[in-house]
Amino acid sequence: MTIDRLLKGLKLRDPRAIGRAITLVENGDEKAQALLSALDEDLISRATILGITGPPGAGKSTLTNGIISELRQRKERIGIIAVDPSSPISGGAILGDRIRMMQHATDQDVVMRSMATRGRLGGLCATAGAAVRIMASSGCSTIIIETVGVGQSEMDIIRLADITLLVLAPGLGDDIQAMKAGLLEVADLMVVNKADCKGADILAMDLETVTRKGSTTPTQISMTVATEGKGITELLDCIAEVDSEHRDSGERQKRRRGAHDQEVLDWCLEILRPRLLAEITQKKMSLLGDPRLKAKEILKEK
Amino acid sequence: MATTHKYRVLIGKPGLDGHDRGAKFIARALRDAGFEVVYTGIRRSPEEIAAAAVQEDVDAVGLSSLSGAHIRLFPAVVEALVKAGAPDIPVLGGGVIPEEDIVTLKAAGIVEIFTPGTPIDTIITAYKDACAKKSSG
Repeated sequence: MTIDRLLKGLKLRDPRAIGRAITLVENGDEKAQALLSALDEDLISRATILGITGPPGAGKSTLTNGIISELRQRKERIGIIAVDPSSPISGGAILGDRIRMMQHATDQDVVMRSMATRGRLGGLCATAGAAVRIMASSGCSTIIIETVGVGQSEMDIIRLADITLLVLAPGLGDDIQAMKAGLLEVADLMVVNKADCKGADILAMDLETVTRKGSTTPTQISMTVATEGKGITELLDCIAEVDSEHRDSGERQKRRRGAHDQEVLDWCLEILRPRLLAEITQKKMSLLGDPRLKAKEILKEK
Repeated sequence: MATTHKYRVLIGKPGLDGHDRGAKFIARALRDAGFEVVYTGIRRSPEEIAAAAVQEDVDAVGLSSLSGAHIRLFPAVVEALVKAGAPDIPVLGGGVIPEEDIVTLKAAGIVEIFTPGTPIDTIITAYKDACAKKSSG
């Protein structure tokens, strides 16, 4: 498909064109550049990007499914980017988030894409960012990025979001587990899913004292039973509230800028990495001496 | 950024048959061979599988069946892909499938059929070939 046809397809909301466009970006195809420069910036700036993260088994995909159902009743067009890890050994991946969302499979206004981390150092942030823009350009007003909340690359993706939900569930270890990964500091809202299970109240109580980095008020907690669709409407109300606060206070713009700068940095490193590696290999430096000093010298020569 | 094409395949089970051990085995084997495998699980309609294949822009679709409904369901997925504007995505299938049905299925556009006992390397090679052919075409 030519870039012109792809762009036309995106405007017409053609699923094939959207799928193809994201593949170009994912594979680092040169053609992607022309495509990404011609997207609808107005739609991109208006869309809301929702990050959903949390430990494995907390119910992120099921909750995402519940949110999709509710937003579809409100006639919104939705994009979902579901990120799963690539195997560091084989480079392969099982992308299984669709299983929980298959009820929306034939709905043309639910645009879903599964993405593997492909072992990129932060490069995924650039790819996911591009996918968000492609989905927004095809008319998605809300775009959900779902990712397991462990590891640096996953945290980087969450930086793309305007609002981040942290999904937790009882029975996945004590509150110390949740504190470890630094997850609590990035959440705008916390969701205690599986709220009908034993230990949900205790988990919610443990979380009451949590505040987002830089905030003085405790992070709000929503209780949900995603499998039954319970608590989703209330959760969406909370999201809308935070969103309007962020728009008024300028926080939304601030985050968009942060995400933008991070993406540009990602691309710089992505472009520099192979060049630098080639240069270093070519120099055949002595094994002796401080690697940091050598790095500084190479960069000084630039 | 260097071009980093990876083969993406969708593995799913059309119809009401819930025996997914075979599908999961293939999904794992393909993952270990470096494929990105979108797994859609059991009890899917041909239309759901085709829609997912288009959105995920996969290079091939793999279907699994034990119950005997393959003769209806596998060609239905091929048709659904054509209707979804993706006639170029190859479909492969596997399961408890009698010899005489294999001819019928291949005539209906299924690229390859695997029966119990097929060595896993044969299956992986067939997926690689199907993906490579699709990518270049």
